[in-house]
Amino acid sequence: MAGKPKLHYTRGRGKMESIRWLLAAAGVEFEEEFIEKKEDLEKIRNDGSLLFQQVPMVEIDGMKMVQTRAILNYIAGKYNFYGKDLKERAWIDMYVEGTTDLMGMIMIIPFQSADTKDKHLALIIERATTRYFPVYEKALKDHGQDYLVGNKLSWADIHLLEAILMAEECKADILSAFPLLQAFKGRISNVPTIKKFLQPGSKRKPQPDEKYIANVRKIFNF
Amino acid sequence: MPGKPRLTYFNGRGRMEPVRWLLAAAGVEFEEKFLETREQYEKLIKDGDLMFEQVPLVEIDGMKLVQTKAILSYIAGRYNLYGKDLKERALIDMYVEGITDLMQMILMFPLLPPEAKEKNLELIKEKATNRYFPVFEKALKQHGQDFLVGNKFSWADVQLTEAILALEEKIPAVLSAFPQLQAFKTRMTNMPTIKKFLQPGSPRKPPPDEHYVQTVRKILKI
Repeated sequence: MAGKPKLHYTRGRGKMESIRWLLAAAGVEFEEEFIEKKEDLEKIRNDGSLLFQQVPMVEIDGMKMVQTRAILNYIAGKYNFYGKDLKERAWIDMYVEGTTDLMGMIMIIPFQSADTKDKHLALIIERATTRYFPVYEKALKDHGQDYLVGNKLSWADIHLLEAILMAEECKADILSAFPLLQAFKGRISNVPTIKKFLQPGSKRKPQPDEKYIANVRKIFNF
Repeated sequence: MPGKPRLTYFNGRGRMEPVRWLLAAAGVEFEEKFLETREQYEKLIKDGDLMFEQVPLVEIDGMKLVQTKAILSYIAGRYNLYGKDLKERALIDMYVEGITDLMQMILMFPLLPPEAKEKNLELIKEKATNRYFPVFEKALKQHGQDFLVGNKFSWADVQLTEAILALEEKIPAVLSAFPQLQAFKTRMTNMPTIKKFLQPGSPRKPPPDEHYVQTVRKILKI
């Protein structure tokens, strides 16, 4: 009998946020142990908890899992968010890789120097509206279903909602040319477990602020 | 009845090489279409073949798969190289993700300016010998089996073998402190399908040279 999953990370979004989203969407309660200073990271490095000396790390079902993608794959599989067969899984994987690339660009904004930030933000908006969102808009248009893959809520939908909300934080009307994605956003936000996660008091983390960024730089030495 | 998988990429390793390795290890013959000009690339985009306007592209089982991870996961699942259950898959994923991080450094190396190369090579050597190889050395030592996961040949074994050979091309004595990995390398390179892939005339690509780098820069405009 396993306890709740336990997440080890800094007290912010970073690479752990997608994992929080997926667990929350699955209705799985979890605990968090926050790395607040360098010594906290060194402690879990030294006790052998981190396979490649890196976080995120999630204790789940007797494993100490590392590598964001491995963790997400496991949770998606365990909680039936990964499609019904290999081909559906391939589609989910393709969609998730796209939203991962987009969110990856957004995640590094706070770490950029002042002179490159504006250019990078412009690139994000361009990529979101010309490379990524059109793909999901078209997918929804082509099959006319509520969910991206297999007419069933999957990891791809949850990840896309997370990406949409992050992109909207960059530019509030970024979905203006995508009516189906607007409807999608409303639908998925209303899935009970996700609705709960989007309310104050949930484990969802806020956007990174100056203080958080400075602390992350200090803990990870960059 | 589907034909052979068809790979579309530049005529070189890049992000497609792990796919070539995995298909070859699984004993699957495939065709390749090489991108040599910007016009060819733009045509692929225009024809709607590339979901996110990017290669690699693998046409397999009626799908046009993009995103290296999605492609590799599909092939691994399809050819029984992905473990027997969710937990074995989780371990394979963790190992593969770690190796991918290491290989990412090798991937980016040719694009670095000449003055940065020596220092980067030192970093690659340090990460390989301090962070990554010890994990696999330990795993093999602990279970004493021939393969990394579940006493059965998997994607993790293929990926690690590829990484070892790529590292040895740059740092010939990189395995000197890792006797288990040396034995592993010998075992893997003697497996019939891998042995065949390592012989001249196979689809295996040579290390990137200046011509390859220039072609990629020209086609992707980077």
